[in-house]
Amino acid sequence: MDALLQILREKGRATPAELARLTGKTEKEVESALKKYEADRVILGYHAVLDPDKTGHGGVRAVIEVRITPERDGGFDRIAARVARYPEVVSCQLMSGGYDLLITVEGPDLKQVATFVAEKLSTIQGVISTATHFQLKTYKEAGVLFLEDERAERLAISP
Amino acid sequence: MKTPGDFLADHVRAVPRSGIRDFFELVQKRGDVISLGIGEPDSSAPWGVREAAIYALEHGRTGYTSNLGSLKLRREISRYVEKIFGPSYNPETEILVSVGVSEAIDLALRAVLNPGETVIYHEPCYVSYAPSIALAHAKGRAIRTKPENGFRLNPAEVARAADGAKVLLLNFPTNPTGAVLSGPDLDALARICVEKDLLVISDEIYAELTYEGRHASIASRPGMRERTILLHGLSKAFAMTGFRIGYACAPAPLIEAMMKIHQYSILCAPTPSQEAATEALKEADTITEEARNTYRIRRDLLQRRLRDAGLPSIRAEGAFYLFVDIRGTGLSAREFAMGLLEEERVAVVPGEAFGPGGEGFVRCSYATSLDRLEVAADRIQRFMAKRKAGTPAGSVPATR
Repeated sequence: MDALLQILREKGRATPAELARLTGKTEKEVESALKKYEADRVILGYHAVLDPDKTGHGGVRAVIEVRITPERDGGFDRIAARVARYPEVVSCQLMSGGYDLLITVEGPDLKQVATFVAEKLSTIQGVISTATHFQLKTYKEAGVLFLEDERAERLAISP
Repeated sequence: MKTPGDFLADHVRAVPRSGIRDFFELVQKRGDVISLGIGEPDSSAPWGVREAAIYALEHGRTGYTSNLGSLKLRREISRYVEKIFGPSYNPETEILVSVGVSEAIDLALRAVLNPGETVIYHEPCYVSYAPSIALAHAKGRAIRTKPENGFRLNPAEVARAADGAKVLLLNFPTNPTGAVLSGPDLDALARICVEKDLLVISDEIYAELTYEGRHASIASRPGMRERTILLHGLSKAFAMTGFRIGYACAPAPLIEAMMKIHQYSILCAPTPSQEAATEALKEADTITEEARNTYRIRRDLLQRRLRDAGLPSIRAEGAFYLFVDIRGTGLSAREFAMGLLEEERVAVVPGEAFGPGGEGFVRCSYATSLDRLEVAADRIQRFMAKRKAGTPAGSVPATR
């Protein structure tokens, strides 16, 4: 992987100046490389990973297993895209196994998520059934551990 | 009447205190130090590896293993070594699991050396080589590698030093210089070893941390498998220093002899560590590739930043160290390291800790996060700028 992408994966907030320093490129080169990655949709976004318990805007999250009827043209794609466009839907994936779509939905409270499922999701033509599981606690997300990891001390100098 | 000190053996008394230890105590006393003096990875062992050790404990795997190490681990080692180093070793008779490569070096030297026999080694080098040779009652013959050659070992010098010597001790990639052996040098060296009938003990602990092309082992050269004790371990590329797992691969009679010493002094490497190492080798490709990519970015950053600050280093192709040339500052390596520690709270190791050939250089480890490397580089830059401006601060004299 390009060093630029490797660094960004861990330090999404790095400025072009910082990235230039870290990779030995000029700031201009970094900016144009980033533009190209964004245009080619290699880089899809830059996000902070928040601990909802600490932001004060926790809300609720549910993962929902959705069974849908595939269509003659395009299989699951059209319905999946319809579902995915809702802003409440944080992620949406086609799965193998006992159901078809696994979606993650976020809302301010339990009632609103339930309403979204009952009134919007379930009523889409082609959706056969839904099974909603509310999240109770997050231990890891987007590669970030939510547990306080104890940092082991190293010797200050070793051979 | 004798004092306690009088009971000491002469050859032990003659071994000097490690220069690194002195410096360690100085650094320990200060807070807020960014240490580039650390010879171990900054990350903990990969979780899967730690989990394997926990699993071993949960399932009561707390007994001894075979003196050679568990056969399961030796099979994994055999498979891995053939892939990375080339030669194939029989896991039943040609592989010994040790407590880190350090123990394996000691075993190898003690197994093959009679008192007074000579070992050639290259220097600057890892701090344990000269003492380990002395503790085996043997004589060391150091070949100085030189900055103008990028601290590479010149085969012709080995040929010149070879008369009367029994063993050649190699360490490429090298701690502290980051030097590697090029293919043609390796070929030439192999020819010399065969011609002069030398046994090679090759410490290749940094093999996976080779940044330009693939690591090449001397054991892979024609005629060398039979006269090489290949040493490797999981401390560096697998970030498993505290697990203390190393291993030796060599023809059966050599392993048998090393095993004799190992069985009476150590018995076997710790069993949970062996379980963890077995797991690590199964995941080796992923683990080592990630380590290599991470260190490469750090090396490039630190080398560039230090060069811009007026501190060139030799092209470090392996390990995780830059051997930084501080001769332009007019300071000795120790003065430089002390000044940097006192004024800017950055710890580096003076080059002479790795032998007299290291004078004029300091070892900077880049096994530290990018953020901390950046701060360290800023501080070193400031330290250098003060000297350029002609206002060396503190107690450090500007000249030798």
